[in-house]
Amino acid sequence: MSINKVIQVEDLTKMFGDFTAVNSITFDVEKGEIFGFLGANGAGKTTAMKMLIGILSPTAGEATVAGFDVFTNAEDIKKNIGYMSQKFALYDDLTVKENITFFGGIYGLSKSKIKEKSNTLIEDLGLEKVANQLVGALPLGWKQKISFSVALLHDPKIVFLDEPTGGVDPITRRQFWEMIYKAANHGTTVFVTTHYMDEAEYCDRVSIMVNGKIEALDTPKKLKEQFNAATMNDVFLKLARG
Amino acid sequence: MKRFIGFIKKEFYHIFRDRRSLFILFGMPIAQILLFGFAITNEINNVDIAILDHSKDATTKEIINRIAASKYFSIKQMVTHEANIASVFQKGHVKAVLNFEKDFSKNLIKDHKATVQIIADATDPNTANTISNYVNAILQQYQKELNKDITIVYQIVPETRMVYNPELKSVYMFVPGVMTIILMLVSAMMTSISITREKELGTMEILLVSPLKPFQVIIGKVFPYIFLSIINAVVIVMLSIFIFNMPVQGSLFLLALESVLFIISALALGILISTISATQQTAMMISLMGLMLPVILLSGFIFPISSMPLPLQVISNIIPAKWFIIIIKGIMLKGVGLQFVWKETLILLGMTVFFIALSVKKYKIRLE
Repeated sequence: MSINKVIQVEDLTKMFGDFTAVNSITFDVEKGEIFGFLGANGAGKTTAMKMLIGILSPTAGEATVAGFDVFTNAEDIKKNIGYMSQKFALYDDLTVKENITFFGGIYGLSKSKIKEKSNTLIEDLGLEKVANQLVGALPLGWKQKISFSVALLHDPKIVFLDEPTGGVDPITRRQFWEMIYKAANHGTTVFVTTHYMDEAEYCDRVSIMVNGKIEALDTPKKLKEQFNAATMNDVFLKLARG
Repeated sequence: MKRFIGFIKKEFYHIFRDRRSLFILFGMPIAQILLFGFAITNEINNVDIAILDHSKDATTKEIINRIAASKYFSIKQMVTHEANIASVFQKGHVKAVLNFEKDFSKNLIKDHKATVQIIADATDPNTANTISNYVNAILQQYQKELNKDITIVYQIVPETRMVYNPELKSVYMFVPGVMTIILMLVSAMMTSISITREKELGTMEILLVSPLKPFQVIIGKVFPYIFLSIINAVVIVMLSIFIFNMPVQGSLFLLALESVLFIISALALGILISTISATQQTAMMISLMGLMLPVILLSGFIFPISSMPLPLQVISNIIPAKWFIIIIKGIMLKGVGLQFVWKETLILLGMTVFFIALSVKKYKIRLE
C-alpha cells in the first residue's frame, strides 16, 4: 500500500436487494488532494461515500480509508476522518461555542484543546460577536462555514464533504472553496461530492458516476480534452446522455 | 465518560431551551393530576333525588327531612308509584330514588327493622356510589340517635340497587392511571421525538460518523429522560399524597423500583419508534396512536378490562401499561408487597427485555 494513497477503493459494490446502487467502483485518492466526486442525483455517490465513512457496510469489494479497512476497522476510520453533511448539521438550539464544545467533546478532545481550537475558529471566521448566540439565528452561509470548521476540529486526515455548498449564494460558495484550499494546503485530504459543475473545476481530480459506475476519472483539464468539451458541465452532459 | 457527560449536557440544553417540551415535561403531570383529581371527586352537592314513600309516617318524614336538610341532596319530586320510577330516571331529572317500604315505623317498632331502598342511576358510577354512601351515612346517623337512649336496637336497613350499570368496577384509578400515562408520554414520546429530531436535522449522521458508538448515542439521548421521568413520578406521588390525601399503602421503595422498570420499558418503546420513523411528526403520531390511545383505552385506567369484549381483553395483555397499573394499584391502594405482584412484574420485565432487544436489533441495521 502506498503511503500517499489515503483512500484506496477496489471493485466496491453495494446492493440493496436486487438494485445495485454502487457497481464495482475503483479509484484512489492521494494525501492532500481535493477529490471531486460527481454524479447526478441517484447516481450512487452518497451511497459510495457512506461506505467510506463507515456508516454503511459494502456488499463486495475492498476499500481502505486512512489505512483502515472499511469492513473490519470502521471505528478506526471514524477517528481519522471529518464529515460534513449537506444539511450543515449543527444544533440550532445550542450557541456557536456550545456546538464547538460538544463536537470537540465527542471526538475526545481535551478541555484546553477545545478552548484553544474554539478561539482560533471563532477568530478565523470573524464570529466574535455571535459566539454566544444560538446557531439557529445565523444565516446559512455562516452555518456552512462553522460546520466545515467543526468537521476539521480534531485535525482529521481526510474530510468528507457531502454537497457542502447546496443552497448558498455564489460569493459564499467562493469563500467556502477558499477554506477548502486552505485545509488542503495543510495536508488534509478533501473528498467532496457536488453537482455544481463549476466547482468541479476547482478540484485536483474528479470522478464522474453514472448509474452506479465511475465513467470518468482524471484532472478537469484532461477530462475536458478527452471529451472534447469546453467546460466540465459539457463533459458531464456528454457522459450523462451516454 | 467525559464524552458521555458532554453528551448529556447537550441533551439538557435541548430540553431546557425548548419551552414546549418543558411544558409537556412538567406542566402536563401537574395539570393532569389536578384535573383528574378534581374531576373524579367524591364530593357531591345538591344532587336531585326523588322519594317514594309508602308509609308517610313520622319516621320516614324525619328521615326525609334530614336528607332534604343536608347540603348533598335536594328533593326534586315525590313519586307515588313504583311504576313511575323508571320514567323518572329516563327523564333524567333525578340521580336516585329512595323507596321507603310500607309501614316503616311499625316495622321498626315491631321487628326492630325497617327497609329503605336506594335506587341509583349508575350510568355515572362514581356519583351513584357516592350517593349511596351519603344516604347510608345519614341513615346511620339517625339510627344511632334512635338507639342512644333505648335498650332495644332499631335497625334501618338500606338496600342499594344500582340501575343501568350494576357492576361499578371502574372507580379510583386516577393516580395510578395518570402516572402511567405521564411516564409513557415522557419516556416514549419525548425520547422518540428527540432521537428523530437528530435524524431530521442530519446531526444523527454526524454522530454516527463520529467515534461515538451507536449505543453510546442512544444511552446519551435516553439518560436525561430517565432522570426527568423519575422526577415526574415523584411529583405525581407527592401531589396525590398532599393534595388528594391518598396515602401510598405499600412500600415506596418497591413503587420506585417498579416505576423505573416501567420507565425503561417505555424508553425502549421510544427507541423502537424512533428507529421506524423518519420525522418527528411520524414519531409523535406513532407515539400518540400506538401508545397513548391503548394506554388510555385498553389498560384498564378508565374502562374496566373485565367489561370489554373478549378480543379487546386479549389485546390488553400485550400493553405494558396494563400490568404496570395492576402493580402500582396494588402497591398504592392495597399496600401489597412483591409476593402479590411478582407475576405482573415478571411480565413487565419480560416485555422490557423484549423491547430493548428488538430496538437494539433494529438500531443495528445501520441508519440510511
